[in-house]
Amino acid sequence: MVIKINEIISLLTTRIPLGNWVEALVDFIINNFQGVLDGFSALIGFIVSSVETVLAFPNPFVLIAIFALIAWKLKGYKLAIFVVLGLGLVHNIEMWDPLVVTLASIITSVLVALILGIPIGILKAHNKYIDYITRPILDFMQTIPPFVYLIPALMFFGLGNVSGVIATVVFAIAPPIRLTYLGIKQVDEELKEAGHAFGANWWQILFKIELPGAMPSIMMGINQCIMLSLSMVVIAAMIGAGGLGQPVLRSLNMVDIGLGFEAGLGIVIIAMVLDRMFGRDS
Amino acid sequence: MNISRPFLFLKSLESLKSKTSGVKNLKIQVNNLYKIFDGKGKKEIEMLKDGISKDEILEKTGATVGVNDASFEVKEGEIFVIMGLSGSGKSTLLRCLNRLIEPTSGSIRVDGKDIMELNKDQLREFRRKKFGMVFQNFALFPYRTVQENAEFGLEIQGMDKEERSKKAKKALKQVGLDGWEEQMPDQLSGGMQQRVGLARALAVDTDVLLMDEPFSALDPLIKKDMQDKLLDLYEHIDKTIIFITHDLDEALKLGDRIAIMKDGKIVQIGNHEEILTNAENDYVAEFVQDVNRSRVLTAEDIMDKPKAVLYNQDGLRTALHKMRNNELGSIFVLGENRKYRGIVKLEDVVEYINKDKEDIEEIIQDVPIAEPDEKVDQLFAKIADINTPLPVLDEENKLEGIIVKTSVLANLASENV
Ligand SMILES: Nc1ncnc2c1ncn2[C@@H]1O[C@H](COP(=O)(O)OP(=O)(O)O)[C@@H](O)[C@H]1O
Ligand SMILES: [Mg+2]
Repeated sequence: MVIKINEIISLLTTRIPLGNWVEALVDFIINNFQGVLDGFSALIGFIVSSVETVLAFPNPFVLIAIFALIAWKLKGYKLAIFVVLGLGLVHNIEMWDPLVVTLASIITSVLVALILGIPIGILKAHNKYIDYITRPILDFMQTIPPFVYLIPALMFFGLGNVSGVIATVVFAIAPPIRLTYLGIKQVDEELKEAGHAFGANWWQILFKIELPGAMPSIMMGINQCIMLSLSMVVIAAMIGAGGLGQPVLRSLNMVDIGLGFEAGLGIVIIAMVLDRMFGRDS
Repeated sequence: MNISRPFLFLKSLESLKSKTSGVKNLKIQVNNLYKIFDGKGKKEIEMLKDGISKDEILEKTGATVGVNDASFEVKEGEIFVIMGLSGSGKSTLLRCLNRLIEPTSGSIRVDGKDIMELNKDQLREFRRKKFGMVFQNFALFPYRTVQENAEFGLEIQGMDKEERSKKAKKALKQVGLDGWEEQMPDQLSGGMQQRVGLARALAVDTDVLLMDEPFSALDPLIKKDMQDKLLDLYEHIDKTIIFITHDLDEALKLGDRIAIMKDGKIVQIGNHEEILTNAENDYVAEFVQDVNRSRVLTAEDIMDKPKAVLYNQDGLRTALHKMRNNELGSIFVLGENRKYRGIVKLEDVVEYINKDKEDIEEIIQDVPIAEPDEKVDQLFAKIADINTPLPVLDEENKLEGIIVKTSVLANLASENV
């Protein structure tokens, strides 16, 4: 009797080896899915370097002009002027090359996050089981400090831009999922009913009623996704992602205030430009 | 309310015309239709058959009775109105017809075909081809222009851009919205928005129009305008219309036949005469009484305030002045404490002034008088062959108001529905 109780007590007080389990899981994935991981890594790497090549191809001033033109088309001449001045300043302080790398990573991260996130949001809005399952996962992903998943990302994909992109996607995918879901949920039932009354099928309801109705919300999700991606620039640099994060890290190590400020300014400028270009007018 | 009366006659005459031209087929046949929300179905239907009420069923089982044993037929080319108070099951019944709401049991035949047997794809095809729908709150797509809204149904059918643009333009023209194609819905007034809703339903060119309280959200004047517009359109298109309203006036104006619903049940179906003169139960009677107010309308309800009156001390010139200023042909004379004395006519005043006479007392005349609670038809007898207004006097002989012939006639007309 006495022995039994002692056994139970010792069982209850045994530390649960959660950390070991996670480690085992990561090992398991690495050992058994190396092929998949490599393929994924190659794909992401390819996208990042392609975008980077495209962005680095024209003369910086031509690229600034193109950006200004897009800004002008999207939001008017004031933003175009801001783009010219802001990016011009970045070029002047010789942060242009890291800026291009950062931009390429951000574009890739946002693309991946949207390509995955928007369909997940759509499914989540239509299927309550998917809704239930994704809810805690999203909460988890949004609250866990990014540093924690830098290590598995590093182990899966190695040091470099790809790990940076993956970590960024994990960090920035929640808003597009949530806001796509929310946008679709908010579409007036009467509008969907009108669609059904005129004989629309599932896809027609989705593309002609739900997505257009959810568009403002989805745009907000895209904007937040971009902003979150930018906030990962420095953290991603810790696992080897190139770009503006590197000089910031270096400045930390060397206590170089000037360098840190210049690189930080580059991040701020690009954040403002992207926010104004892809944010809501107000 | 009374203004719309003349159209009642118009409508009955017109429908008589269309009814007599050619044999009219049955368009829709509904038999023993039930819809139970949030329940088992069978069990609640059995309870209904045992005479248990909607409220009791809700209390006992938590299920809501939407439609209870509805059976009716709609003929080709008629306007069939479903009327009832809010929550009586009108929208549910309407949505069962194209299975936007899946009926719990019963049969629905459209052109002889049982639509309960259609599978998903067939049902979609059927909705595209047979039913256009107009909604209470318009249900316009806010991110589409007026033109794109009108094109919606055709787009769903997969029609190419050019053809559907042409058809939508034609439908917009029919509802009087040409020139508004590029506007967004929220730039339009409520009445115009519903015209877009109507155009969207007309553009698909289906046999049947389902209209769920389409004008209930509109101001009275706009509402009347839309009703006229619909009747006008109806004359030029070949459609069967099922129209829902909670307003008997509207039902009478638009409907060839009217079904009255209560607690999910159709309590009476009939044409105007049958509904108005032969209410089948208290519920219908209450409705009808409400609209057919002339039967209980009294002098008090229809009297106006006099624009001017004469007092004892007023002479002939004051009388002339007051009548001229207010464009009156006669004026009532009041004595002490506003007690009624009689009436003075313009022609007599003019004559006396021309003859230089002074005493107004000589031309004060008596006219028939009315009491405040006298009924409109009695008033008619009194006012029929005099050409002055009737004074309405209280028990102390004070002037409460005046009644002019036109307001009596307007209120009488409504009795002859
Ligand atoms: N989706 C639903 N779920 C549960 N009850 C409903 C639903 N739709 C309607 N009802 C109920 O059915 C009854 C009839 O509603 P409805 O057809 O909308 O009435 P009406 O259109 O005449 O105002 C009401 O008691 C309403 O509460
Ligand atoms: Mg309703």
